[in-house]
Parts: sequence; C-alpha cells; structure tokens
Amino acid sequence: MNALGGLALRLSVLAALLATWQLMAVIVADPVFWPTFTDVGAHLASSWIANPTRLAEHLLPSVARLLAGWGAAAVAGIAVGVLIGLSRRARDYVNPIIGFLRAIPPPALLPLFIVLLGIGDGMKVAMIGFGVVWPIIFNTVDGVRSVNPLHTETGRLYGLGAADRLLRIVLPAAGPGIFAGLRISLSIAVILMVISELYAATNGVGFQLVQAQRGFRTLDVWATILLLGILGYALNAMLELVEGRALRWHRGAMRTVA
Amino acid sequence: MTSARIEVEHLGYRYAAGGAPALDDVSFSVGQGEFVSIVGPSGSGKTTLLRCVAGLAAPTSGEVRIDGVVVRDVPPGLALVFQDYGRSLFGWMTVHDNVDLPLRRRALSGEERQRRVASALAEVGLAGSAARYPWELSGGMQQRVAIARAVAYAPQILLMDEPFASVDAQTRSDLQDMALSVWRAHGSTVLFVTHDIDESVYLADRVVVLSPAPATVAAEIAVDLPRPRDQVETRAMPAFVTQRAAVARLIRRPGVGTP
Repeated sequence: MNALGGLALRLSVLAALLATWQLMAVIVADPVFWPTFTDVGAHLASSWIANPTRLAEHLLPSVARLLAGWGAAAVAGIAVGVLIGLSRRARDYVNPIIGFLRAIPPPALLPLFIVLLGIGDGMKVAMIGFGVVWPIIFNTVDGVRSVNPLHTETGRLYGLGAADRLLRIVLPAAGPGIFAGLRISLSIAVILMVISELYAATNGVGFQLVQAQRGFRTLDVWATILLLGILGYALNAMLELVEGRALRWHRGAMRTVA
Repeated sequence: MTSARIEVEHLGYRYAAGGAPALDDVSFSVGQGEFVSIVGPSGSGKTTLLRCVAGLAAPTSGEVRIDGVVVRDVPPGLALVFQDYGRSLFGWMTVHDNVDLPLRRRALSGEERQRRVASALAEVGLAGSAARYPWELSGGMQQRVAIARAVAYAPQILLMDEPFASVDAQTRSDLQDMALSVWRAHGSTVLFVTHDIDESVYLADRVVVLSPAPATVAAEIAVDLPRPRDQVETRAMPAFVTQRAAVARLIRRPGVGTP
C-alpha cells in the first residue's frame, strides 16, 4: 500500500469513530453531559484556540512545566544511565534502589511534595521530573549495555580518549534505547502535569479542567480533555520527528538486516 | 626476514580459571615487514591469539612482545581488522567519518587528516563512497571501509582476523589482492588469521599452522612463491599446490606430514 492510501485508511477509521460519537450524541440528545463532537470542537476552537489570553495563562505554563520537568529528567536520566551502564559495580549498588524508587507511583508523592516544596511551579516541575526520570535511566542503561563490544574494542584499539568514546561511540550506540526512554517518559510527563495541576494550582490546563468541572461547564471539560489529547499527540509527534532524524542510521541498518 | 617485530612466547590462554585451555603453548615470531598467515582448524583459538597480540586479551601464561616490549594494553601503531566488519564499523557515521575517527587522536592538521582519509579510501577503491553510510554498502565494500580505516591510521603492525571469511569468492580474491597492495605500499608487518588454506599460502611469506585446541604451533612453513602474486598464475604454480597440500595435511593430522 502506498503512503497516501495508508493515510487515507487511517483517517477514515478516525472519521468513522468521530461520526459514531456524533451520531450517539444526537440520539442521546443530552447536550449538557453528552455534547456532540461538533459542539466540543467548536467550543475548543472558540474557548481555547481562539483565546490567546487563556492559552497564555493556562496552556503555556502547563507546557513550560512539562518541558522543564521532562528536560531536566532527560539530562539527569541520561547522565545517570550512562554512568550505571558503564560500570558493573555502580549497577550492583544502584539497581535495587532505582528499582524501589521507580515502583512508587509518582502521584502518591504529590502530598509530600506539596509539604516539602510548596504549591508553586518548582513542586510541579519536581514531581514531573521525579516521575519520568526512571524510564529514561532504565532505557539508557540498557542502551549503554547493549553497545556492541566490537565498537568498544575498536575505540580502544585506535586509542580514542574518554570524551570521544563517550560522545562518538557510547551515546550514539545507546541512542535507540535512550529515545525509547524519552518517548515513554514524555507520555508520563503529560499525565503528571495534569495531576499536579488538579490540586493546589492557580493556573494550567489541569486547573482549568477542575474549574470547568466545578462550574458544571461540561462542554468545557470535554474541550479541555480534547486539548490535552492534542497536546500529548503533538509533543509525541515532535519527538518522533527528532528521533527519526537522529536515528536515521539505525532504521537504515535495521532494514538491511531484515 | 630482519629483526623480530612480534614475538609470541609460550602463549597460553584459558577462558575461565580451571577451564579447558584454548591456547596451550604457542610460540612464533614475525619479522619487520613480513606477511605471516596463521591457519588452524576452527576452534583452535586463532582469534584469541590475535586478541592477545593486540592487547585486547591478557594471556594466562607466556607473553607477547612487540619491539621487545611486553604487551599489556593495546600497543600504539597497531590496527586490527575484525572478521565481523558489519559490526565493527560505526553505523551512525558516514564512511568518511568512520575512517577519520582513529585519526582524531593523532596530532594531525585537518588538511592532513582529509588527505589521509581520501587516499585510504582511494586505495581500497571507495573514493566515491565517502558520504555514504556503512549499511548502504555491500559486505565486501564494508570490509574495504574497515581496511581503509586501518590503512589511514598508518599502523606499523596490521592484524587481520579472518577478514574475508564472509564475502563471496570473487570479492575475496579482489580483497586479497588489495590487502597485498596495501601491505606492499606501506611496508607494515602483517599477521593474518584465516581458516582458508589457499588464502594463507597465497598471501603470506610464511604460514604458521596451529594444532586443534588447546593450540600449539604444529609447523611453520616458509612460502616460496615469487611476488607480486597473481590470482591465476601463482595458484597454478606447482610450488603453490605442494605447499597448500603440506598445510592441508598438517591441519588434518597435526604432527604428520612435511615438517
């Protein structure tokens, strides 16, 4: 099947789904609790997309927290993951600790984080960061450990320095693993961003969601959920774009093997 | 043969303490500028032997000396071409960058590095492929990149571990002649491991035959064939046929046959 045909097929499935929603809503005829898709879409357009003030005051801070938490976790997670991946001893010491910490559901930490860090942006960024750092660490460790020994030995044979070996051999070779971690953690980051804004927040998309629910503005609840879906989808699409460029070699190499 | 460049003395190696040895007691030496082949039945520890010479593996007993110095880590000026070319090249780098990487540690100007990469690629017949990625190339071409990488590094000692084992016969002949021309052009000392008896005789000045594991040197055979070698003419010479038969007999039944 060609690319265009594939796209058409995927779009038709989506269209069928939305049409079902529309039809059900028309049949149920309860615009307060079960608005039609077109109503939700129109509301999303008017109350969010065509509303720069709301975007600036609520969407922007949410995205900023998400990216700050996820970005910090990416830097820390890759650094820690490389260290653990390279050292067997570090792995032996640190693995049980990491295994325990990542088993804690991050939302359970929210009350504690509020007590320790207050209700400001710092707390929310910290919670997102803490929640998403584990998959990055684990996948980076896996990626580093899977570096082909021939590559490591080639580096040794040709007398490459530590920096060259890290930047030109270990990190690129671990790239597929690292990106797998980044992708998983990005979707978790969206979840944690919303959760951190449901309580003790004064702005953000999550905060707007709760406000809409409390004000019985069901249409706005639906539209905000749709907005979050679009946000998560867009963020993932952007990451995949970056990944596609960075790992072009990997896809090519895989194709050759297959 | 002039002074010994590589000296392998009573080399023994076992993978695990108390386990069965791969190498029992291997001794031979390679002179400056010499091309020496090592043949042996599969599983006779040829790769392990080469890894000990390269300083990638530490012998359990005995020692390897290069220019009189005991090898403890990878010696400077030594390059190793692995059998598994597909996995020794860096998939995320272009052909050019793969060849250039080892030059980063050498005090060379950018221009000199460029020149060396270009001439190494030209030497292996890949001048037009500098911007391609290894996975875009055939197996034979990938192994050429690995050889170009070694050539650009200008090693005084070049170790090759069954480098042509996984390419088709025609490509293998081409690569053999390329290896010979590289050796002639650079005057490096070459230690070439193979399980292909024809190849070992065709390429080398001398063939070191290993016994099955635990390996010892079953025999050393000086190859008395004129150079430059030719795929058709050399292989048709009576001396070639006699010597390849001598090596084959040794491999089949070590200790029996021509000394």
